[in-house]
Amino acid sequence: MVDFSLWDIVRNLLLAGRWTVSLSLIAFIGGGVVGLLLLMLRLSKRRSAEIFVGGYVQLFQGVPLLVQLFLAYYGLGLFGINASAWVAAGVGLTLYTSAFLTEIWRGCVAAIPRGQWEASQSLALSFGEQLRYVILPQAVRIAIPPTVGFLVQVIKGTALASVIGFMELTKVGKTIANATLNPFLVFTCVALMYFLLCYPVSRYAKSLERKLHVAH
Amino acid sequence: MSPTDSPVVEITALRKSYGANEVLKGIDLRVRSGEVIAIIGKSGSGKSTLLRCINGLEVFQSGSLTVDGKPLLHDNPAAMRELRQHVGMIFQSFNLFPHLTVGQNIMLAPKLVKKKVGAAAEVQARKLLERVGLAEKFCAFADQLSGGQQQRVAIARALAMEPAVLLCDEITSALDPELVGEVLRVVESLAEEGMTLLMVTHEMSFARKVSDRVIFMHQGRVHEIGTPAELFGNPQTAELKQFLSSLHD
Repeated sequence: MVDFSLWDIVRNLLLAGRWTVSLSLIAFIGGGVVGLLLLMLRLSKRRSAEIFVGGYVQLFQGVPLLVQLFLAYYGLGLFGINASAWVAAGVGLTLYTSAFLTEIWRGCVAAIPRGQWEASQSLALSFGEQLRYVILPQAVRIAIPPTVGFLVQVIKGTALASVIGFMELTKVGKTIANATLNPFLVFTCVALMYFLLCYPVSRYAKSLERKLHVAH
Repeated sequence: MSPTDSPVVEITALRKSYGANEVLKGIDLRVRSGEVIAIIGKSGSGKSTLLRCINGLEVFQSGSLTVDGKPLLHDNPAAMRELRQHVGMIFQSFNLFPHLTVGQNIMLAPKLVKKKVGAAAEVQARKLLERVGLAEKFCAFADQLSGGQQQRVAIARALAMEPAVLLCDEITSALDPELVGEVLRVVESLAEEGMTLLMVTHEMSFARKVSDRVIFMHQGRVHEIGTPAELFGNPQTAELKQFLSSLHD
């Protein structure tokens, strides 16, 4: 058995933490882009688009993220794509994140009074111009706190990528725990790291909420 | 201020329903250039709906509607964009864009739709603000203005598109009584300058004073139409008589 000092444990976990952060960023950026496209589709008021996006959201909100990751990992293989844990986790988390973000953002757009749509429409703005110059700038203000808040869920969600062999914080923690035979100490360190990642983010969300309340 | 004969708005046999509920039951109306028309009637008589049909905020099921000779085609975004440039609308709830300054509110559509360059748009916006008596508010935000001031900005914003007709949908109904006058004075000055106006209003003395014709709507139809003197002085139908007497109670 290898002798692990506390620093060894922490150092290895910190290194693994990079992948947790990277995966979170991929999920958030990918999910944000896909979520925005879905939002546009949904706002276009085409019946088929609404049904599609509604179904998409229900599907990914109604299936556990863990199962989605399994499906991404094994399912991509079926399409002849040699899915590494990276790709599978990235795809799985992007789909999951986009479903939630598009639903959060839809609510924010719905919170903009109908008069704003009508006034901009009366001024002959096109649908795209209405969104770009009138609706979205106002919706973004409302959307920031819940969006940042959801980032915390995504960061914690990346832990599930450990089950498909992705070497992030939780997976590395498990490996070290097996080697040191001191799982409680190791997972305490793991927990602390998740907390240190998530706590500032949720504090930031809270402060944003306060700021926006003051502004309007 | 002599109305010419070319119709700015021409409505023929317009019918509109929400599901099984028909709210406009065949409306015919020709609005001449420079004409000021007040639409009165009980709530639910279809007067706001009629106004909202004219710029396509409401879709109607049958009949035809043209503005400046151009037909309203709901399914054609390019045609709607073209038509809406000829029709300005002012709402009961002002609907200024709260994230933009007063100046930006006014310049947004001219820049985007009419492709006006920044400097020209600003000159025009400042001129319009002066016209509605708010020259010093160019950089203010909507929530720093009173309701009356917001509504005057909304008027300036609509005028910036140089519309052929201006629709006013109960534009003083959301205002405190002491702010109504400042908005009506602006509308009156527009009428004097020859702007074609269609307004749904509850301000009967104002309607009587500025309008060329008054329309009384009842149950989705134009029930009576005529000069203010005719309608207010000599109402022909029981419904109008009852409506007018209910206002005095």
